Amino acid sequence: MADIRVPTLGESVTEATVGKWFKQPGEAVAVDEPLVELETDKVTLEVPAPAAGVLSGIAAKNGDTVAVGALLGQIKEGAGAAAKAAPTPKVAEAQKPLPAAPTKPAEMPMPPSVRRMAAESGVDPSKVSGTGMHGQVTKGDMIAAIERAAAAPTPVSAPVQMRAPSPADDAAREERVHMTRLRQTIARRLKDAQNTAAMLTTFNEVDMSAVMHMRNQYKDLFEKKHGVKLGFMGFFVRACIQALKEIPAVNAEIDGTDIVYKNYYHIGIAVGTEKGLVVPVVRDAQLMSLAEIEKTISDLGRRAREGTLRIEEMQGGTFTITNGGVYGSLMSTPILNAPQSGILGMHKIQERPVVAAGKIEARPMMYLALSYDHRIVDGREAVTFLVRVKEGLEDPARVVLDL
Amino acid sequence: MGYDLIVIGTGPGGYVCAIRAAQLGLKTAVVEKRATYGGTCLNIGCIPSKALLHASELFEEAGHTFEKMGIGVSAPRLDLKAMMAFKDQGVDGNVRGVDFLFKKNKIDGFIGDARIVAPGKVEVKDEGGKTQTLEAKSIVIATGSDVARLKGIDIDEKRIVSSTGVLSLPQVPKHLLVVGAGVIGLELGSVWRRLGAQVTVVEFLDGALPGMDGEVRRQAQRLFEKQGMAFKLSSKVTAVDTSGKRLKVTVEPAKGGTAETMEADVVLVAIGRVPYTEGLGLKEIGVKLDEHGRVAVDHYYATNVPGIWAIGDVIAGPMLAHKAEDEGVALAEILVGQAGHVNYDAIPNVVYTYPEIATVGKSEEDLKAAGVAYNVGKFPFTANGRAKVNLTTDGFVKILADAKTDRVLGVHLICADAGNMIAEAVIAMEFGASAEDIARTCHAHPTLPEAVKEAAMAVAKRAIHM
Repeated sequence: MADIRVPTLGESVTEATVGKWFKQPGEAVAVDEPLVELETDKVTLEVPAPAAGVLSGIAAKNGDTVAVGALLGQIKEGAGAAAKAAPTPKVAEAQKPLPAAPTKPAEMPMPPSVRRMAAESGVDPSKVSGTGMHGQVTKGDMIAAIERAAAAPTPVSAPVQMRAPSPADDAAREERVHMTRLRQTIARRLKDAQNTAAMLTTFNEVDMSAVMHMRNQYKDLFEKKHGVKLGFMGFFVRACIQALKEIPAVNAEIDGTDIVYKNYYHIGIAVGTEKGLVVPVVRDAQLMSLAEIEKTISDLGRRAREGTLRIEEMQGGTFTITNGGVYGSLMSTPILNAPQSGILGMHKIQERPVVAAGKIEARPMMYLALSYDHRIVDGREAVTFLVRVKEGLEDPARVVLDL
Repeated sequence: MGYDLIVIGTGPGGYVCAIRAAQLGLKTAVVEKRATYGGTCLNIGCIPSKALLHASELFEEAGHTFEKMGIGVSAPRLDLKAMMAFKDQGVDGNVRGVDFLFKKNKIDGFIGDARIVAPGKVEVKDEGGKTQTLEAKSIVIATGSDVARLKGIDIDEKRIVSSTGVLSLPQVPKHLLVVGAGVIGLELGSVWRRLGAQVTVVEFLDGALPGMDGEVRRQAQRLFEKQGMAFKLSSKVTAVDTSGKRLKVTVEPAKGGTAETMEADVVLVAIGRVPYTEGLGLKEIGVKLDEHGRVAVDHYYATNVPGIWAIGDVIAGPMLAHKAEDEGVALAEILVGQAGHVNYDAIPNVVYTYPEIATVGKSEEDLKAAGVAYNVGKFPFTANGRAKVNLTTDGFVKILADAKTDRVLGVHLICADAGNMIAEAVIAMEFGASAEDIARTCHAHPTLPEAVKEAAMAVAKRAIHM
């Protein structure tokens, strides 16, 4: 028997939700063949078969939460078994329950005080580490756990809104789907950001003529030399970094009663995927050429859609750019990617009549939005930042000359 | 003759250690200098004193309480000789029990004085002076303790007695003077008071039962005084004149000052016990003792000499039979590579007077000294239904719990049957229970232990019957 266990999931990720099993008990599997999908806060990954043989049992089913190292299932080894197993799986053996995944070492009954406190507080004693005999959770452990829970920054800990039941003829036409882990994390983080930051948005618009002109002029040459298409993102990243250098508060974050200013520029690029939004990070973008930035973004975007980003590639951003324009958005108020203090919203480029030098002209225009944390970014700073971004895009020479 | 283990001494520590070791597959021998097994506890301590306490308590009840319950008997008549025979019978049954257990576990017993001549070698000298040398991989010193003596006062076990002699007085003394208001003095003082003696207890410190919870000590002393025991506190006995028909006892204030003379028929010296290591040859083979003359051991009961171990009264800690037993089990398990362990924070201590006094864990004084914030829950037996009908309403239950975590830190009982009732408190503490856990545990009605539950509720100021 070979155990199928939850692999290491990366920094600060300790548990995952079991997704789809690709194989059913009794089916033959080859070594390294994907067996089951695991979803974490950040990524979805596939667990390969550790050995060839027959999947003899499943210990954690779809929807279960499992810790790193927990038993997922077992494989009965042997190639012979694999050959004949497929047509008539031995049901009796396949259904045999496996030993439970290792959760808590000792399942001691809860003392009466702990049972009461669990019912009253909603704190789950099975998630509290016990100091009593054989790891039993004592009243003292429970008091400490409830205090910790109260101290944790979860201001939205109001009881979960239970939905009123639907009328019977509607209920049949509703579909209830469990939120994926990624969706739950997105939901929680967005709401946390709203509840924490003093968030507001300032707008401006940018005439994209110069950038589009440059792009049209050099795109073939650029692609030939660098092997990547010349897009707009590189210009935006460069323009933002220059503006961030001038207005450091937008690249800072709050830590307790301190403000942490970051003299490096890890720019997060929001990427929409089938499963939701992920934000891979272009690290030290201030050291990169425009071509390097374009290449990095292209690679991260592709892997984000494939779901093969590593956790660390999504951590540590200091500022974020999100582009709703790809879906046709004309204007939006992005939500901060906490604990960052600024996020730039790009939008659709649209030809609009613009008055230039006394004449009305059609120009490719884009609205820009900067949502910022007013706790540390002043209105003047936010507006100046956005004006600098606008200037850098309308006159790319300013970015080149660092003006 | 090679053994895995030789245990010197067959008191509760030694015999239990030997049996546990034999259970775990060690070839085990014991050496005992007394003619019978069981040590002080079975022969001249716990067991015979409990026989006399039980008999004398019934004697007193027959004389005082029966009538109140409608049992008409003429005044009970004491047959001391028969009572002593009853006591000896109890002792005999117990020591033979140990003999049986040794045989059952194939433990070889040797009667004689043991001396450790070298690590792994024990010389046994029998009554006739013949010696033989036994060999073993491990030797356990479980030689226990002996009566502590008072300077200048010779114990003859006739008129000036220790805890041994006081168990076999040929007649009830008119006046028994007890030196020391500790467990032994109060228990045996109670026995002879019930049988008709006038009892005076002289104590060096300012109250009975030093070391126990203050409130319990005060309550106990009040009750003993009500029963007719006299206390002379902050006083010391400096001399006993044995020349006359009655003893002339010189009693001085503890701090010095004018002495007074008290007459007594018997003086019981009960000022404590000292570790017993005489004749073992420890000095010769270099086994270290601590500053109190106890065998120094580490966390695993090992002495400084490899292969020599020690448990019970002869090492540090309370001199209690059950403490020694638990150490015996722990050591046997350690010797075979298991994780033997004794939790010294949850060792009960019982005084078998009436009412009994039983405590486990910390006293209020301990907690105050340690700066621990605590809550107190108290419940008197005057509010306990069973105690009321039994006419045993003396005493109370007191539970001390951590102010923050509600964890039980100490339980103090003074009541009838306290010695049996303390067990639930010890288990609760061993499992780290909170007062609320005891309060939410169902207790049978009508029983005395309901008072424990009520006291636990009283910690949160929610006792029902008060």
